[in-house]
Amino acid sequence: MDPIKKKIQSNSRETRQDLFGKIVTYTCIALIVLVVLSIFVFVASKGMATFFVNKANFWDFLSGKNWNPTMLDSKGSPMLGALPMITGSFGVTILAVLFATPFAIGTALYMTEIASGKGERILQSVIELLVGIPSVVYGFIGLSVIVPFVRNYIGGSGYGILSGSFVLFVMVLPTVTSMTVDSLRAVPRFYKEASLALGATKWQTIYKVILRSSTSGILTAIIFGMARAFGEALAVQMVIGNAAIMPTSLLSSASTLTSVLTMGIGNTVMGTVANNALWSLALILLLMSLFFNIVVRLIGRKGRM
Amino acid sequence: MDEFITTNDVHLYYGKKEALKGINLSFPAKGINALIGPSGCGKSTYLRVLNRMNDLIPQVTMTGSVKINGVDIYSPKTDTVDLRKKVGMVFQQPNPFPFSIYENVTYGLRIAGIKDKQVLDERVERSLKQAAVWDEVKDDLHKSALSLSGGQQQRVCIARVLAVQPDVILLDEPTSALDPVSSGLIEDMLLTIRDRYTIIIVTHNLQQASRISDRTAFFLNGELIEAGKTKSVFLNPQHQATDDYISGRFG
Repeated sequence: MDPIKKKIQSNSRETRQDLFGKIVTYTCIALIVLVVLSIFVFVASKGMATFFVNKANFWDFLSGKNWNPTMLDSKGSPMLGALPMITGSFGVTILAVLFATPFAIGTALYMTEIASGKGERILQSVIELLVGIPSVVYGFIGLSVIVPFVRNYIGGSGYGILSGSFVLFVMVLPTVTSMTVDSLRAVPRFYKEASLALGATKWQTIYKVILRSSTSGILTAIIFGMARAFGEALAVQMVIGNAAIMPTSLLSSASTLTSVLTMGIGNTVMGTVANNALWSLALILLLMSLFFNIVVRLIGRKGRM
Repeated sequence: MDEFITTNDVHLYYGKKEALKGINLSFPAKGINALIGPSGCGKSTYLRVLNRMNDLIPQVTMTGSVKINGVDIYSPKTDTVDLRKKVGMVFQQPNPFPFSIYENVTYGLRIAGIKDKQVLDERVERSLKQAAVWDEVKDDLHKSALSLSGGQQQRVCIARVLAVQPDVILLDEPTSALDPVSSGLIEDMLLTIRDRYTIIIVTHNLQQASRISDRTAFFLNGELIEAGKTKSVFLNPQHQATDDYISGRFG
C-alpha cells in the first residue's frame, strides 16, 4: 500500500495513547461502581433477611424499644426494637453538631476575615492535625477525661449521650470548620468591598453579606459533620456505655447503631437472627448516609440558583 | 474656586512601588469630574484614596493630606465607616449582593439603623428613579438583583449608593463592562444628578469624559499631568503628553 495512505488511515501514536487512557479510566470507574453496588446489594439483602427470613416486623424494628435478638416476643418474632440505638445515634449526632457549629463558624470567620497570614496558617495546621488523630485516641481521651468530668461535675455514671456528643464535638469540629472556611473563601471579594464602601462595619459586612451569601455552603458543612458523627463508631462506643436500652436522659448509658454493630459483630454467627439484625442496623446507617448525601446535593442545587 | 475636596502631595506606595507620586488636585462641590489616563497610571488608586478603600489592601502606605469639606480624612480620629457613608463608590464590575433588588438598595440604610418601612420604600423608589432603572424593575423589586442584565445591575448599584445620600460619588470605570446603550443610560443619569452630588469618575473612554464631565484631570505614570475645565483640557491642552493622549497617539 501507498505509505501516505497507510499513515493517514492508521491510528497515530497520540490517538492510541488517548484510547489507552480512556480504557484505563473507564475500567477504574466501572470497578468502583461495581464495588459500591455490591456493597449496597450485600448489605441490603442481609439487612432485609431479618424481615423476610426471620419474619421480624419492620415497624416493630423501627419503633420497638427492646433489643434482644436471641429472644422471641409474645408473637413469636425476635425482639428487634432498634429505637434505642436510633435515638442514641440521632442524639449524639444532633448534640455534637449543635455544639460544634458555633465554634466552627467562629473559627472559620477568624481564619478568613480577621487573622493575619500567620494566625491563619497556625489554625489551619491545628485543624489538619485534629483531622488526622485516629478515633481510638479521641475515644481514649474521652474515656479518661470526659467520662470522669461528666460523672463528677454533671452527674450520672459519666457514660451516656452527653459524653458521646462531647467526644464527637471535637471530632466533627475540623470537618465543619474547614468546609465552612472553604465556603467563606468562595464569597466574592467584591461583595465585601461593596458592603464596606457603603459604610458598613466589618461585623455588619460579615453577618449581613458574607455569612448570608455562604449559607448554603455552611449548611453543607453542617450536614457533612452530621454524616461524620452519625457514622463514627469506635470513639462513641468507648464513652456511651453501650446499654441497648431506651436512654432516659443524656446522662444514662445508651448505645448507637454503630456501637451496637462494633460490639456485636464478632459475637454472632453468620446467618443467625442476631447476625441479620446487625445487618439491618448497617442498612439503616447506609440509608442515612445516602440521605445526608442527597440533602447536600439539594442544598448545593438550591445554593446555585 | 470653592474647593470641596483637596488633596495635597499624595504619595502612595504598594510595598516599595510608588503608585502615586505627589498628587495635588482639588475638586469643587457638585458637578462631574473625570479622571483619565492610560491603564496603570494611578487614577483608580487615586479614586480609592478618597474613600480610603486602599486601607483594605495590605502593605499600602500613604503620605500627604486629603481633605473633604475641610476635614482631614486621614487623621487618626476619622471613622472610615462614617467617611464611606459620605463618599459612596461604584465599581467597575456591577457588584450587587445576591439579594433582592429591594434589599440591595436598602442595604446602606439598614446598616445605618433605618428600619421604618415607609422611609425605606420611599428611598428605594427615589434612588431607583434617580438611577434611571425604576421603570424596568418596579414590578419585581423582590427578585434577585443577580437576575438583571449587567447594565441594570450597575444602575441598581448606583441606586444603592444614592440611597445613602452621600456628598461624593466615586465611579471607577462604571461603564467599561457594559454595552453602549447601558453606558448611555448611565451617562444621561449622571448628567441629571450632577447638580446634587460631587461626582468623580474614572474612565478609559475619552468621549465619555468629554461628553459628561465639567472638569478633567489627566494622570500619567502616577503623576498628575494636567487638570482643568474639560473644554480647555480637550481643546487646548497645556502639555504635550495630554495632547498625545487625547488625540490617541498612545494609551
